[in-house]
Amino acid sequence: MTVNDRIDKATGDLLKRAVVTRFEIEELVVVPIFAVLIALLLGGLTMVATGVDLPTIGLSYASLLQGSVGSLNAISETLTSAAPLTLAGLGIALGFRAGLFNIGAEGQLLIGGMAAAVVGFSLQGVPLVIHLPLALVAGMAAGALWASIAGWLRAATGAHEVISTIMLNLISFRLVDYLLRNPPIQRPGRSDPISKSILESSELPALLQWLDPNLRIHAGIILTLIVVFVVYWLLFRTTIGFEFRSAGANPDAARYGGMRSGLIIVSVMAVAGALAGLAGANQVLGVLGRASPGFSAGIGFDAIAVALLGRGHPVGVLFAGLLFGALEAGGRNMQVGAGVSIDLITIIQALIVVFIAAPMLVRTLFPFAFAKRGNQREGS
Amino acid sequence: MKATTITTSLAALAAVAIVGASSPAAAFSACQVTDVGGIDDKGFNETAWKGVQDAKAELGIDIRFLESQAETDYEPNINAFLSEGCGIVITVGFLLGDATANAAQANPDTPFSIVDFAYDPTIPNVLGQVFATDEAAFLAGYLAAGMSESGILGTFGGINIPPVTIFMNGFVHGANYYNAQKGTNVQVLGWDVDAQEGLFTNNFESLDDGRAFAQNLFDEGADIVLPVAGPVGLGSAALADELGTDKLKIIGVDADQAVIDSEKSHVYLTSILKQMDATVLTAIKAAHGGTFEGGVTVGTLENGGVGLAPFHSFDDAIPADLKAELDAIRAGIIDGSISVKG
Repeated sequence: MTVNDRIDKATGDLLKRAVVTRFEIEELVVVPIFAVLIALLLGGLTMVATGVDLPTIGLSYASLLQGSVGSLNAISETLTSAAPLTLAGLGIALGFRAGLFNIGAEGQLLIGGMAAAVVGFSLQGVPLVIHLPLALVAGMAAGALWASIAGWLRAATGAHEVISTIMLNLISFRLVDYLLRNPPIQRPGRSDPISKSILESSELPALLQWLDPNLRIHAGIILTLIVVFVVYWLLFRTTIGFEFRSAGANPDAARYGGMRSGLIIVSVMAVAGALAGLAGANQVLGVLGRASPGFSAGIGFDAIAVALLGRGHPVGVLFAGLLFGALEAGGRNMQVGAGVSIDLITIIQALIVVFIAAPMLVRTLFPFAFAKRGNQREGS
Repeated sequence: MKATTITTSLAALAAVAIVGASSPAAAFSACQVTDVGGIDDKGFNETAWKGVQDAKAELGIDIRFLESQAETDYEPNINAFLSEGCGIVITVGFLLGDATANAAQANPDTPFSIVDFAYDPTIPNVLGQVFATDEAAFLAGYLAAGMSESGILGTFGGINIPPVTIFMNGFVHGANYYNAQKGTNVQVLGWDVDAQEGLFTNNFESLDDGRAFAQNLFDEGADIVLPVAGPVGLGSAALADELGTDKLKIIGVDADQAVIDSEKSHVYLTSILKQMDATVLTAIKAAHGGTFEGGVTVGTLENGGVGLAPFHSFDDAIPADLKAELDAIRAGIIDGSISVKG
């Protein structure tokens, strides 16, 4: 067994759980719901174990709920956090469908965001209707290009995408750091790595700032909904989507059927990279207004969990993105309201992924939820 | 057992959800947003938080904090406090400059105070707290030059931003001043004052980096190292602890590390103090008493905003002459006869 075979087998096993080939309501809905519930329960037990008293635990979860959906501001924060997670998650889910495990969303997001920032601050005197789309497209193109390096390496040399995307992440961190330190990009008068501010004509417009200047929700969420629909359409209604799915379901059959596997791998990675790049552009153009070394903030990695929780389905990814966005926004409120460490949210997110990756465990723990299908043996 | 715990916590959750929803947030609260180092970074964020805690002890107000995990958290964290109706929002760190300015301009009635950032022009509802840290670092550089046996000192920073490099500038100038006075040739590795370039970990979190950077400087001959990177320096202290203080000593920053990092207190020659707790307390008191004014406050040797920590375990090892010289230089800096800008 070569290294590639081993990685393929391991990722293949995980992908089987991430991608539901037949529509199966239990796998798609019941397992994730119970995974979230048990993660919240274990989160509570973690708090008990670290000496948090019961009323505080209650207050924590009340704050979590209140901070994620309890007010207009909370909903705005949830959606603002959900948008980039969903966009990058869609890219990773697309990879799952085609049998590719793309760990490189973080780097693609950084490169895409950088490109969007450069277009965002350098084009003077261009109206919003032209400038903003240009900046978004620049982000997508840069992300696509960056990701297709890994696709090309896989197709041409067989280098596994898990390895090459991780390496490309590391390269992108340093590359962005370098770019941000040099004159055309670096903000004048600063010695630390930070880009110039983008021009107003390239900003994703805030949606509700007329109501309250602190509402951060911006047009990126609308963009995200459109992209969810486009990815759904691409995946299930087009020839190329069929090719993507075939390549994932059975690579040999796909090749036998006349599909060019190399081209498919490169294009899947390019589309995934474009989506991650769009997530980066969304952060730069909608939230931060500039680029700096840490603007990716781990979204590219959280998006892997989002894609897993969303079971590789665009609509599932949207809901998973919303949940993770809610956890992020609510976690902040939990820290304010109950004084519980934000690290707990990270633990809960990790637990969700563990239970998604182990559906049999969920079935065993909650047999009653799966009773109807109890006597039908499934291969999973 | 597990089931009972779960049931109890669910019951508690329900109970608190009801109570929590009805409790009013009428009292004055002081709220701090930390930088990514975290509230327990044994330095910068923790020192500012001490000021907030002092305010609680003195005024009996509510206090809260939010830790930023990434720079994308700055803005939402500040917003979270705004929606909680905080009486004053304290943001800690130069990197929060943009986010604080935006929030302050959008909420002109809320007092803000930011550590390590001075706006030009000033914002009416923001008090910037900056520190002439180079004055204290100058003393530390002089002391280190006098204490070094190898004649080589080392320093490294977190990120190349003014509140970090001001330590390194002062440190180098202090060592150069020692050379000029004594005709020695003590060198400082890790910071080129003229080019304003040097060694940076590019983060304020990694203790591993703190260890590795100190190791590199030690390998190049440095026997006293000044890490200016918040908790990163704890990694350097761990290395000094293992090597032994006869081989490597550390100079702490922000707070008296010999007190805060008490397990390794013996490795700290001294610390360059930046008394954010005092300025934060003053800002909170002003906001609480209704006398808050925006602008800039500068901490100096003269007003006690910056200073050199006690020498603790090295007190006996430092020659009395050197201590006397430090006192003289301190007076010289305050009266302006000695320039810390080199």
